Amino acid sequence: MVDMDPHTGVVNVGRIDGNALAGPLSEIFRSDMTLASGECRSCGHLMLLADTVVEMDDAGFIVMCSSCKHVLFTVVKSEKRTWIDVQGLAGLGIPSA
Amino acid sequence: MVTADPVWHEGTVLSTTYATPGGRVLTLHVPEWGGNIAGQHLDLRLTAEDGYQAVRSYSIASVGEGDTIELAVDQIPDGEVSPYLTLDVMTGDQLEVRGPLGGWFVWHETDPSPVQLIGGGSGVVPLVAMMRAHAASGSTVPFNLLYSARSDDEAFYYDELSNAKGADVTFRFTRRGPRGWQHPVGRLTKEVVQQATLPPDSTPMVFVCGPNGFVEAVATWLVELGHDPARVKTERFGGN
Repeated sequence: MVDMDPHTGVVNVGRIDGNALAGPLSEIFRSDMTLASGECRSCGHLMLLADTVVEMDDAGFIVMCSSCKHVLFTVVKSEKRTWIDVQGLAGLGIPSA
Repeated sequence: MVTADPVWHEGTVLSTTYATPGGRVLTLHVPEWGGNIAGQHLDLRLTAEDGYQAVRSYSIASVGEGDTIELAVDQIPDGEVSPYLTLDVMTGDQLEVRGPLGGWFVWHETDPSPVQLIGGGSGVVPLVAMMRAHAASGSTVPFNLLYSARSDDEAFYYDELSNAKGADVTFRFTRRGPRGWQHPVGRLTKEVVQQATLPPDSTPMVFVCGPNGFVEAVATWLVELGHDPARVKTERFGGN
């Protein structure tokens, strides 16, 4: 499982589960989002974000359903904004901060 | 302490110690830290001279209040952060950290459940934090660790874990054991997991941490052995 950037040769060995979302999502949400629950639009599975499958690099990350592996949402950062694509999410339950 | 803190804090490297041939234990002084719960992690940010930044997550081996943090970092050829931390970083260097992070893969001393920890390689780090928290708390719940490492030389915290009090520790070496080792050597199997861990009917809380393939295999066996999937918490990092 080597994830290498074809241009820079940098191998990404970042964590690959939702626990790693705690820091990056703290830039957007006030709550600990690893304890948030997400519902998969594709299969209906309800899971904690801590339990999702995550691919991460320096530009952003992709969060996938722990059951069917469809993409729940993606976050891509650029200098001017952070873009969140939530097409794969049917709902997101955010714990009270 | 569970609530995420999005602020980056300046930290200073207090000490670096080789813990394994390729891994180091680092202690950092972060004045604004404020302590952490056992099992939490932090994000570490490095900035190169040209302004390029890299962020990586590391589990925290230390627990409780205070402004000194202990990390154990394994050498992974990721081209940037881990070689810096395992080879180049020196006492007095400045780093940026964000945390403590994560309220899910954590152990609270008020939890009355027995605890089964299963670690692979440097995945033992958050489990060491839980062992330390358990020892410091006076909690009397059964604590049991199964640790798979290549050899005793390459096991993080081997001496500390060998002498752990109030907890049952089983090592499983995949390449070779220490001198005079009487137990089989080899990869973890479902049978070893069954023999060396708390049975499902004692309804333990189970924490599994290690490389992706290790966690996947162990978590699958635990459920096959009868553990409630909701009581098997996993944390995985890249690689096999």
